[in-house]
Amino acid sequence: MPNYNKLPLKTLLAKASPLRSGDVLGGVAADNAEDRVRAQMALAETPLSRFLEEELVAYKEDEVTRLILDSHDAQAFGPVKSFTVGELRDYLLSERADSRSIASLSPGLTPEMAAAASKLMRAQDLILAASKITVVTRFRDTIGLPGRFSSRIQPNHPVDDLKGILASALDGLFYGSGDAVIGVNPVSGSLENLLKINSLMAELIERYEIPTQSCVLTHVTDTLELVRRGAPVDLCFQSIAGTEKANRGFGVSLSLLREAKDAVLSLGRGTVGKENVMYFETGQGSALSSDASFGIDQQTVEARAYAVARRFKPFLVNSVVGFIGPEYLADGKQIIRASLEDHFCGKLLGLPMGLDLCYTNHITADQDDMDVALTALGAAGCTYVMGVPGADDIMLNYQSTSYHDVAYLRKITGKLPAPEFQEWLVKMGIHDESGALLKPSVKIPLLAGGGGLAGF
Amino acid sequence: MIDSDKGNGRDRPEGYFSPDPWGWLKEHTDARIGLGRSGVSLPLKEQLKFNLDHARAKDAVALAFDHSRILEDLEKLSIPALHLQSRAADKNEYLTRPDLGRRLAPESLELLKERVKKDPELFRDRDVLVVVCDGLSALAAHSSAVKVASGFLDLARLGGLKCAPVAVVSLGRVAVADEVNDHVKAKLVVNLIGERPGLSSPDSLGAYVTYGAYRGIMEESRNCVSNIRPAGLKTEEAVRKLAYLAQKAFALKLTGTRLKDDMPENYLPFEEGLSFLPAK
Repeated sequence: MPNYNKLPLKTLLAKASPLRSGDVLGGVAADNAEDRVRAQMALAETPLSRFLEEELVAYKEDEVTRLILDSHDAQAFGPVKSFTVGELRDYLLSERADSRSIASLSPGLTPEMAAAASKLMRAQDLILAASKITVVTRFRDTIGLPGRFSSRIQPNHPVDDLKGILASALDGLFYGSGDAVIGVNPVSGSLENLLKINSLMAELIERYEIPTQSCVLTHVTDTLELVRRGAPVDLCFQSIAGTEKANRGFGVSLSLLREAKDAVLSLGRGTVGKENVMYFETGQGSALSSDASFGIDQQTVEARAYAVARRFKPFLVNSVVGFIGPEYLADGKQIIRASLEDHFCGKLLGLPMGLDLCYTNHITADQDDMDVALTALGAAGCTYVMGVPGADDIMLNYQSTSYHDVAYLRKITGKLPAPEFQEWLVKMGIHDESGALLKPSVKIPLLAGGGGLAGF
Repeated sequence: MIDSDKGNGRDRPEGYFSPDPWGWLKEHTDARIGLGRSGVSLPLKEQLKFNLDHARAKDAVALAFDHSRILEDLEKLSIPALHLQSRAADKNEYLTRPDLGRRLAPESLELLKERVKKDPELFRDRDVLVVVCDGLSALAAHSSAVKVASGFLDLARLGGLKCAPVAVVSLGRVAVADEVNDHVKAKLVVNLIGERPGLSSPDSLGAYVTYGAYRGIMEESRNCVSNIRPAGLKTEEAVRKLAYLAQKAFALKLTGTRLKDDMPENYLPFEEGLSFLPAK
């Protein structure tokens, strides 16, 4: 057995991380089960202050490290500055930690501290601690309020057929989905195509006065170009990761993200809020897959991406769990664990955290795993999940959560959509006042008046 | 039929199943819309359809690669071929260790070197190397790989290109073809490989085209033709597209992001014979 106290922090974190295939692939996982638990014991005794002294990627070489350390709020950190990681975990579960005290602590925590604490927590700890945290963002509706659960409509189509996209979007609205965003992953990145999709979504939202926002999930540079051409851009999407090098792999830097945010902010298209205009996507495994994880375990480097996200006060953030393949998360068990970790760390760091709970056909997972993960995340207070028709994304070729799943989760938790959106659903005859789906009727105004949009 | 009261001769109380009155939207997309619901849940009929598609996709991933059948079929068409293996020991290791699937097993490496040395007339100075891998869907390789390989090789030969024997690699990833080409040294490599099965497309073959492939070449240096299957991109269309990409690759001496696919509708493969090849 090694002397755990002498291990570099990133080695200790990696060994302490619950087993997942990506850490095995990256050669950083614990040697065996005992090694893992001994590392967790050592991590529990590690002072939080060590995280401010020991960089996981060199400060000089990595702008994410610089962002984390330079923006660290020493005053907010004050109440826990003498804590160990184990004490932070205990504190978060205690009665003393509530929505307010955690919110004031948040700027004093680094992503690595959050990741470290999560490694010492079981599923119920991750659920309980996260459920205390409220993160509210606003654009045309208000996301993340207690008792609310939102969803993205993901109406993708394999050849970007506008009628096909619209058909899937309407199906989602009829099921009460779409209060987080109506977000399309385009197949073709041609500007002409992006403009068409963007305009269609904007028209849908305007015509029916839907209190939601749209997004075309393309690269920030494309979104910048859309803004320059006067397109009706609500949210700016970008995939981000936890190191400068991994972000370079995505073709972004902090300054480019700042430029994109400023451009979209200048459009001022939000109504109930104007500050939150970014939509970030993250996911365990992305840093390793671009050879940019610097020997950090995949969960810790994922948490570092949240430092990038929180810098830009995003409207939405979601981790995608289960998409890349079994080399990063091998099965349903690892997917469920990762989704709870990412949700907890994101919320602890102050993000409006949602999840794309998903699996591909070469992972050992199925709908049962999605149901368990979804139900656990509902209990944890997850901000939103994806709504994909029948859980089957026919463009991206993977399975995520469905419009039906969103309705299920609201039903068993008693949660409602965002207040403005719920009000609209009632007006449209889709939901009743209690948030239950009404018997579908051809009298839904949306059905009667689809004419004109996308040539229906 | 569980969610319908027709056809079973029994009356069912209303309210178990609620159909969606927007079925007409379905004509615009293959997405699973207008499914109806039981309470808020998926009707059983739809759930079972989904489960069947998932089962087929899972079976496609698990299916063992019948490489000898591929070799026999190639032999029947008088296409020389050899069988190689990646470093992945079995399907499970293959799935979780993509790095092993990208490398040739040491014995296969020796075998390849030996064959290249023994048959210089088959391997020397080659323009094209076709590789066939099971990838994530042996089903796709079984159903389409030989047809696409032979179709493309026929066209390539007609176009005057010299083709190396086909390398059939078990448990191979896209990049395993790069290592094969370290020893064959063909100008252009086409790797026909089973793609990650979608819920409705368990038999989808991908074709990765790489100019000047060597172990370690960047992924951005490839062009890909995707979704080759009977219900997707048909074999003949895929072959035509591959010929187009090959022709353009030889003209530009590259593949990847700088080779834009703008194949004209009426493109005829290798119409101008060898004229597209750069002058020696």
